[in-house]
Amino acid sequence: MRLAATDLTLERGGRLIFSHLSFSLEGGEALAVTGANGAGKSSLLRALAGLLTPASGRIELLPKTDTPRPEAIHYLGHTDALKGVLTLTENLAFWSAMLAIKPGIKTIDEILRRFGLQTVKDLPAAYLSAGQRRRAALARLLLAPRPLWLLDEPLTALDLASQALLKDVMREHLGGGGLIVAATHAGLGLPAHELKIGAAA
Amino acid sequence: MSAARSPLRALFQREWRIGRRVGGTGSMGVVFFLILVSIIPFAVGPDLVLLARIGPALLWIAALLATLLGLDRLFQGDDDDGSLDLLLMSETPLEAVVFVKCLVHWLLTGVPLVVAAPVFSVMLGLEPKAIFGVTISLLAGTPALTLIGAIGAALTVGFGRGGLLLAILILPLCVPVLIFGVSAAQAASGGTVPFMTPFVILSALSLAALALAPFAAALALRQARI
Repeated sequence: MRLAATDLTLERGGRLIFSHLSFSLEGGEALAVTGANGAGKSSLLRALAGLLTPASGRIELLPKTDTPRPEAIHYLGHTDALKGVLTLTENLAFWSAMLAIKPGIKTIDEILRRFGLQTVKDLPAAYLSAGQRRRAALARLLLAPRPLWLLDEPLTALDLASQALLKDVMREHLGGGGLIVAATHAGLGLPAHELKIGAAA
Repeated sequence: MSAARSPLRALFQREWRIGRRVGGTGSMGVVFFLILVSIIPFAVGPDLVLLARIGPALLWIAALLATLLGLDRLFQGDDDDGSLDLLLMSETPLEAVVFVKCLVHWLLTGVPLVVAAPVFSVMLGLEPKAIFGVTISLLAGTPALTLIGAIGAALTVGFGRGGLLLAILILPLCVPVLIFGVSAAQAASGGTVPFMTPFVILSALSLAALALAPFAAALALRQARI
């Protein structure tokens, strides 16, 4: 699988964010998107996810299939998509049913255990700490098998052990032929191509 | 664990739980309805003949306002926490998502109003025939209120405090439902118009809203992303 962006120009609210950006990424590779605050890292990820229409240029996930691009993508934004009144298990069970036609290989309990959340699985998500909520959002990545992961600042709010865990999870995903595009300030901690945006603008 | 595999069933379950738990707007609508109906006699005076005459109209306006309450949260909550982005990226069509969310909103807001309407009608001194008319017209009309409101909720998503704007956008569009709802309710207790004439049009409004509103709201939600 290959992700290709050609001559990409993004605008938001009439303001040019960046122009004529091109890159491509093969299966098993990671891309770290860096740049100053407001350079357009998050906007690039949203455009790749199909949540923002580029002003010009093309984004393709090759080889072409019948499934629309967003359905081959896990998008992890700044928000955690957890409902505070629902328990963690209820939250994840919902996303598991919503995001995957085929259930993932692992059960929700296994995924919760992997992310160290089994002790809080029956608590309403509103009671969780920022780091726990972040880990729960990351756990969503394993609920449904999707080849391209778009991660916006994935290491935010995570302690060192969780950061190491996330690196393991990302390494496994890449090992299985998956692709990762991550916006990051701190670096991903694994071999990755680097794309610096905003330098010209 | 009984994980619901069907996406729409899972969505229904989730919306239902959110609506029913603490902080949900599920039971708020009917309480608001009760308060509106009970303060009206304080304003117009305890004249039972007058109350019985304007009762159907009062109940319909109260139902309209009670439906609007909490409707601005229909998509706003999902937009705030990023769920909406993920719903857009799921295999399930957004139109179906909108439909399920409206269905749950109606079950938690509209149906309690219909159930409570006979009780509140008695408070306003309505006759049995009029009570039947109000109840059955609310049953036929409240789906249209929820569905039309969903379009407004989708249009005002991301506006921070969209509640007031939603009411301004939606109330004029609800006028046909109000007109035929009230005339059906009044026709039930006698008058020159047969009951079925306004009632069939009211039902048609609900069916048309059912057919169109999910598409309109989904379109508005997709546009709001860009």
